[in-house]
Amino acid sequence: MAYPRGGMAVKDLSFRVAKGEFVFLTGHSGAGKSTILKLISADLRPTHGELRVSGFSIGELTAREVPKLRRRLGIVFQDFRLLQDRTAEENVAFALEVTGARPDTIPTRVHRVLTQVGLASRGRAYPTELSGGEQQRVGIARALVNDPPILLADEPTGNLDERSSRGVFQLLRDINAGGTCVVMATHELALVRQTQYRVLEMREGSLVFDSAEERIATEGVS
Amino acid sequence: MSLLTRETIRSFRRAPMLSALSITTIAFSLFTVGLFGLVAVNMREALRGISTRVQIEAFLLRGTPPETITLASQDIAAFPEVEAVVYVDEDQALQRAQQELVEFKDAYRDLQVNPLPASLQVTLKEEYRDAASAAAVARRIEGFSFVDDVRFGQEWIERLDRLRNLAGFVGLVIGLAFAAVAVVIIGVTIRMTVLQRAREISIMRLVGATDAFIRGPFLLDGALKGLLGGLLAILLSRAAFELFRRNSTTGLHTLLFFEPKHLALGILFGVAIGLGGSLVSVGRHLRNV
Ligand SMILES: Nc1ncnc2c1ncn2[C@@H]1O[C@H](COP(=O)(O)OP(=O)(O)O)[C@@H](O)[C@H]1O
Ligand SMILES: [Mg+2]
Repeated sequence: MAYPRGGMAVKDLSFRVAKGEFVFLTGHSGAGKSTILKLISADLRPTHGELRVSGFSIGELTAREVPKLRRRLGIVFQDFRLLQDRTAEENVAFALEVTGARPDTIPTRVHRVLTQVGLASRGRAYPTELSGGEQQRVGIARALVNDPPILLADEPTGNLDERSSRGVFQLLRDINAGGTCVVMATHELALVRQTQYRVLEMREGSLVFDSAEERIATEGVS
Repeated sequence: MSLLTRETIRSFRRAPMLSALSITTIAFSLFTVGLFGLVAVNMREALRGISTRVQIEAFLLRGTPPETITLASQDIAAFPEVEAVVYVDEDQALQRAQQELVEFKDAYRDLQVNPLPASLQVTLKEEYRDAASAAAVARRIEGFSFVDDVRFGQEWIERLDRLRNLAGFVGLVIGLAFAAVAVVIIGVTIRMTVLQRAREISIMRLVGATDAFIRGPFLLDGALKGLLGGLLAILLSRAAFELFRRNSTTGLHTLLFFEPKHLALGILFGVAIGLGGSLVSVGRHLRNV
């Protein structure tokens, strides 16, 4: 994958992620982690090669199909990306409203997912009234509310102190234990080492290490 | 309340200055169109007044039997272009001449023989008061054997025609120019709104909103601003109209304001400008967010 005015951002790589797996995507800053996640969410299109996500072929995705893909993905960012003029509840509800969920089902679903991330009592708070860790939990709740089979997290703990960081990571592990596939980009090796999850290490746009050592000819995530 | 309206109100509330700016720019653009419109409406009304004087005079040969004239009058009155036919006999012609041409009053009084011929005064229906129709009717009247001469002031009718066309043309061009300006301004303000809401839009995208869904509030927003701008423009036009009417010392007491259907058209135009501006701008800028 090459950026319009850049060189190849990620190249020569091929991997497959199974349903319900937890995968770390590691590497130094600029290694290409975010690029991989953007490719998976069709925010970027591969300039070469093939990429399949949950039955969608990213290279051939039409503009109409992108929203369909996105509804099968939950995406979490380092900077939370919450709407500042909406409460935690409204931020989460937004993800349901936008996808045309039945209005009468929204409050219950929002409450359920806020409870899941441990914020049942903070639903009425605005992002500025929440700690970083709490804001990221709102971000995760928003990503989860549509029950996606895949959760993508780009440095989800990058802006958090150690304690919040551990809490958020534990939450992601719990979510994965519930059957959701989690792909988490991070450069915090402390988190990576504390578990036995699969690790994909990037360096200068290439995959240099796969703890599963299972390389398959097609580049892909499913 | 539907999601669409809620999101639209949110966008209004979040950017009150920008919203106010959009509405006032639409209002002032439409107001300018409105002022030219008022001038055009009143000019047309004035021209209409003048055009009632478009008249064809058919002078008759002396000694034409009255029955022939009556029959011919009926024939002419049945022409599709003709509104009315009035017969003016020699005596009436002389009386009129003495009244209207005061300078010649004495000359006419001393006459032993009336030199003026009898005539048929033919007026045309409103939509036919132009040079071409007048000439066509005149030619047909000339065909009657007892008609000596036909006059209809061709030159000034042609001048009236040109004036009418010019007024319509200038009004249209200026109107379109200002409408284009308004569309551009709306486009710019919508673009600013899109940029201001770029983050929100990217988050909507992220959670799987379709482009149609994202566009919805912007379009409603634009249409609403157009509507409010249109209403404001009408208020401004009315105010300007009253101000002008009160301060005008000329004899123009019959100044006209727009008819309700023109006002409705103006509002519709405002909505169209708002929608058009949003459509163009949202289509172009959403892709770059
Ligand atoms: N929008 C962009 N345009 C051009 N190059 C980019 C852009 N975004 C990232 N890159 C480049 O792509 C490479 C990978 O970046 P990224 O995927 O963000 O790395 P990471 O997330 O691992 O820090 C880097 O060399 C970066 O400079
Ligand atoms: Mg990154």
